[in-house]
Amino acid sequence: MIALLRRDLRLAVRAGGGFGLGLAFFLIVVVLVPFGVGPETELLSRIAPGILWVASLLAALLSLDRIFALDFEDGSLVLLATSPLPMEGVALIKATAHWITTGLPLTIAAPVLGFLLSLAPEAYLYLLLSLLLGTPALSMIGTFGAALTVGLRRGGLLLSLLVLPLYVPTLIFGAEAVRRGADGLDPTGALMLLGGITAGTFALLPFATAAVLRINLR
Amino acid sequence: MLRVTGLTCARGGLPVLSNVSFTVPAGEVLILRGANGIGKTTLLRTLAGLQPSLDGAVEYPEDEGAYASHADGIKAALTVTENLAFWADVHGAANPRSDSNAGLETVLSTFDLSDLRDRTGGTLSAGQKRRLGLARLGVIGRKVLFLDEPTVSLDGFSVKRFADWLRDQHLAHGGCAVIATHIDLGLAAPELDLTPFKAALDAGGGSDEAFL
Repeated sequence: MIALLRRDLRLAVRAGGGFGLGLAFFLIVVVLVPFGVGPETELLSRIAPGILWVASLLAALLSLDRIFALDFEDGSLVLLATSPLPMEGVALIKATAHWITTGLPLTIAAPVLGFLLSLAPEAYLYLLLSLLLGTPALSMIGTFGAALTVGLRRGGLLLSLLVLPLYVPTLIFGAEAVRRGADGLDPTGALMLLGGITAGTFALLPFATAAVLRINLR
Repeated sequence: MLRVTGLTCARGGLPVLSNVSFTVPAGEVLILRGANGIGKTTLLRTLAGLQPSLDGAVEYPEDEGAYASHADGIKAALTVTENLAFWADVHGAANPRSDSNAGLETVLSTFDLSDLRDRTGGTLSAGQKRRLGLARLGVIGRKVLFLDEPTVSLDGFSVKRFADWLRDQHLAHGGCAVIATHIDLGLAAPELDLTPFKAALDAGGGSDEAFL
């Protein structure tokens, strides 16, 4: 399992791997927002939690179709299916590798971009916390979606349509936690629900992903 | 080592082969013959457990099967050694026989890849990729090989190298193999012509895939 994680990370970092693609996208979207809505600090700081969360969601979405498609095309996925690794483990590792290459950089970059959107100073801690708790769920749900569309030519659009509705709960509680933090309210409830969603997806979706992969490899 | 009884397998919900039975003892190879589309690939995929059979039984020691097809699973961004080491690691987790760097070196030289060890997968020619794909079989330490046209894009010399490896390294150590091929590998091996097992057009089964 560790070997697969190491390989996926190495592939992501090498040329053509797409490491940093999501991060660059996140950066550009967030930078574009002030141009769109104008330089009103008050308005920006009010919409900042939502913008940051929507942008990180879209950035995570961007690299989802690479999770299984590349391995499917070159035959690695079939070979992995006949290897001693359980498919559930493969699904879990793929989601983890996706999180390390997209979710983690997004989480680290978000506070810097929060500054651009004049996010309230009290909210930074909760922005970091909510992204740390929420982005793993984005990767796991996305891995499931990628498994569903793995055999399809140009399944990227279908993947977005399948996955985005499933991202709604994470988005709601993630942005809510930051908003409550910015307003000086107690964000514990939202953070706990966010953590619950992540724990739930990691408990259930590897099995669903493995089942879907087995069917798609037939 | 491998026993197949009354196997019926389907492709896309339609049965292609029915009632296939054979056994392959340890140390032997079975060559599958048959015209294009007869179902050689379908049979091999079913044997490897990638798709369910409609009927019949396949028996071989658990976690000993390995499948190799036209797609070699080579990553363009990884070097030859990294590609091989990855598959060795993946299998090594459950299989202590296939560890050690010495094994990797031997396999590299067996398949004439020693000079290419630091080249990335993307820069290899079709034949070199094939050799790397076959070298994978040497590092994973599996005993029952299901090979689908293993010699495609190999030159005569490499075919001979592969056949030698199969005979001297794999079969001699108690492995066995089922190979679908159209050429003569130079191995003294029984052949199985799949034509008599072709499923009748109205053969039933596969209804569980009707909605897919």
